[in-house]
Amino acid sequence: MAGAKNHDYHILPPSIWPLIGSFGALTMFGGLVLWMHKTAYGPLIFGLGLLAILFTFYSWWVDVVAEAHAGDHTPVVSLHLRYGMILFIASEVMFFVGWFWAWFDFSLFPAPIQVVEGATESLFGQEGAAALLQWPPKGVEVLAANKLPLLNTLILLCSGTTVTWAHHSLIHGDRDGLKKGLWLTIILGVLFTSLQALEYAEAPFAFGGLNYGTTFFMATGFHGFHVLVGTIFLIVCLIRSYKGHFTPQQHFGFEAAAWYWHFVDVVWLFLFVVVYVWGGWGAPVH
Amino acid sequence: MTTIAANPADFHGSAHDADHKPAFFARWFMSTNHKDIGTLYLIFAIFAGVIGGAISGLMRWELAEPGIQHLTSWASMMKGSGATLDEAYHMWNVLITAHGLIMVFFMVMPAIIGGFGNWFVPLMIGAPDMAFPRMNNISFWLTAVAFIMLLGSSFVPGGTGLGAGTGWTVYAPLSTSGSVGPAVDMAIFSLHMAGAASILGAINFITTIFNMRAPGMTLHKMPLFVWSVLVTAFLLLLALPVLAAAITMLLVDRNFGGAFFDAAAGGDPVLYQHLFWFFGHPEVYIMILPGFGIISQIVATFSRKPVFGYLGMAYAMVAIGVVGFVVWAHHMFTSGMTVDMKLYFTAATMLIAVPTGIKIFSWIATMWGGSVSFKTPLVWAMGFIFMFTVGGVTGIVLANGGLDDNLHDTYYVVAHFHYVLSLGAVFALFAGFYYWFGKMSGKMLSEALGHLHFWLFFIGVNVLFFPMHFLGNSGMPRRYPDYPEAFAYWNEVASFGYLIMLAGVIVFFINVAYAYLAGRRAEGNYWGEGATTLEWTLSSPPPFHQFETLPVIK
Repeated sequence: MAGAKNHDYHILPPSIWPLIGSFGALTMFGGLVLWMHKTAYGPLIFGLGLLAILFTFYSWWVDVVAEAHAGDHTPVVSLHLRYGMILFIASEVMFFVGWFWAWFDFSLFPAPIQVVEGATESLFGQEGAAALLQWPPKGVEVLAANKLPLLNTLILLCSGTTVTWAHHSLIHGDRDGLKKGLWLTIILGVLFTSLQALEYAEAPFAFGGLNYGTTFFMATGFHGFHVLVGTIFLIVCLIRSYKGHFTPQQHFGFEAAAWYWHFVDVVWLFLFVVVYVWGGWGAPVH
Repeated sequence: MTTIAANPADFHGSAHDADHKPAFFARWFMSTNHKDIGTLYLIFAIFAGVIGGAISGLMRWELAEPGIQHLTSWASMMKGSGATLDEAYHMWNVLITAHGLIMVFFMVMPAIIGGFGNWFVPLMIGAPDMAFPRMNNISFWLTAVAFIMLLGSSFVPGGTGLGAGTGWTVYAPLSTSGSVGPAVDMAIFSLHMAGAASILGAINFITTIFNMRAPGMTLHKMPLFVWSVLVTAFLLLLALPVLAAAITMLLVDRNFGGAFFDAAAGGDPVLYQHLFWFFGHPEVYIMILPGFGIISQIVATFSRKPVFGYLGMAYAMVAIGVVGFVVWAHHMFTSGMTVDMKLYFTAATMLIAVPTGIKIFSWIATMWGGSVSFKTPLVWAMGFIFMFTVGGVTGIVLANGGLDDNLHDTYYVVAHFHYVLSLGAVFALFAGFYYWFGKMSGKMLSEALGHLHFWLFFIGVNVLFFPMHFLGNSGMPRRYPDYPEAFAYWNEVASFGYLIMLAGVIVFFINVAYAYLAGRRAEGNYWGEGATTLEWTLSSPPPFHQFETLPVIK
């Protein structure tokens, strides 16, 4: 029975990508440390590492697509991929929990404190401390939630429907509808990112110097990064649909992109409500 | 399917011959085989454990008597020129940080989840491999490069000397404005990579356990070790991303002018503690739960009885995992929280003693009336049960918010978490190693040397850690390289205990060398009728790809 595989699981040949990707990560982070500490060649080493990682992503998924076409993605392996993607998104949710936690900590418990020799001391009643007793901190002008952020909310919600249009077209064998739906979703995604960049450029508060700005930019910034990743994922799906990949029965690559896109959408809804509307309530609007 | 595809683009030939192993480089550096990756993890963990253990040896050497003995000369050695006393103190911080991070992230986790989890989860559920064999390998290599990054950090400036001296908790503001050099950035990126590796591993284990169980193996028939890895994987999946966010905030504060933990800019250092411990508390269960699973298998095997209260044992682990997410602030009782919060976290923490007690009593009940044979794995397992109970009892003491005001950051805490980890998780690791070594290598370890190893180690760690309860009760703070005369006696005893333990470790390595040079050949099931899980139905070592026809469970 040696070599006689009597099951539907996927037994893989050896692969070099994990090794290259890991050392790429080491190079990238090493370069970033050098860069952050203003050492020569930091950006160069960082860039090389990043290239290695991007190359790994590309080659790895080229392999996965080839395996899918070779018929290695049996129903049970397909199920693995679904579990994998759902669990990955679950871990991403917990990542955003961290940023929301910071936001809620500052907004619900605005406490003027300072650290003296490792111990926290209250600054209640002291000069300047009053600014930190309210949220947003006194003097912060916030972005108007009902302008660009509301428009961006509508754009993302709209893109959620266009990606569903693409999905239903795919299921019904309408490749033209699939491409149209994907094109629209990608355009809406790019529009969202552009408006977000515009808003960043116009923001009346700085990144550093005050907890409001740092938390705002990191929470919305990580969301923006995920939109970017999701957009690239959808672009890959669009290219693959032009190449004739995906069948009405088997198109997990597309589904994963759609799930990811919905996840990014939902994170934005929370950001919109918590950061833009509730978190800026009562503050002067820019 | 007898030929391996010459063209790598041809993935039709992906099924190898069962006995046709890839060549050396492809086998060990490009592996997609769960057993080979498990072996890599175990070798890596032993290597890291030797480094982490050597660091604790340096610390016990320095602490053997009051005053600063060796720190200044060690700091000078690292620096290459004469070190000041401040630099020597910083060196101490670097040692405790490195010891903690190495033992947690690069010894216990890779060994117990990466090593035993990879090896035995697929074997025990009757699967040919993991669900994502290629992703499995990047989990290992990311852990390896994370370790390189962490070791590298000790050679670059941190705070007042070389290396990251923040403690494994990396609390702000010591880790932000308190340590401006690149060492802490390197430690943070090391944690990012190790964390990513573990998240990918967790996804892999959950998918494998849910989808690849042999026909007929329902969740309620699954071996308890598999249950323990399943619960652990969920903890990893949900806890690690929060750590990633927290240490990213540190990075932003350190390098990009962020204000998360800068109190002068409205930031909150206690926020970091919350985020860290929201990860950190599940993390301690991540280290111990697979140990629970190993102990359950071993106790049942050597009592020749099924484990007592199987379902209770499985759901006790689930309960520990769930409640473990809502007790984190008991690590922060002295950070200025309200009495109401202390009340909740005290009560919730004590609640965990209930499922833990179920486990302890069920292990004892399994042995009760069993046909017990005291082979090496079982004596390690019994050592585990004894010492985990001691550590659990001091844990109940520390859970009291009021008492903790006194004991916080003393050697009592150090004694507590070494009893549950160094004497709990590590005993489970040795128990598992003695239980499964023959299965993994095909060679038998010596029973006599195994028992000698156990007794030296057991006595050594108890002499080493038990006096720390007294030191902590008398008020000796942790994380200091020096202490008053009053603490000299028990510190000397503790350092002596380290030497006994070290002798045990040397016996361990002799035993491994003996097994490879002169050990008996291991049969398929060398423990006999008590060993009932699926790995014992295979040869020792198992074929390169096992279960090519899936076993059916009745």
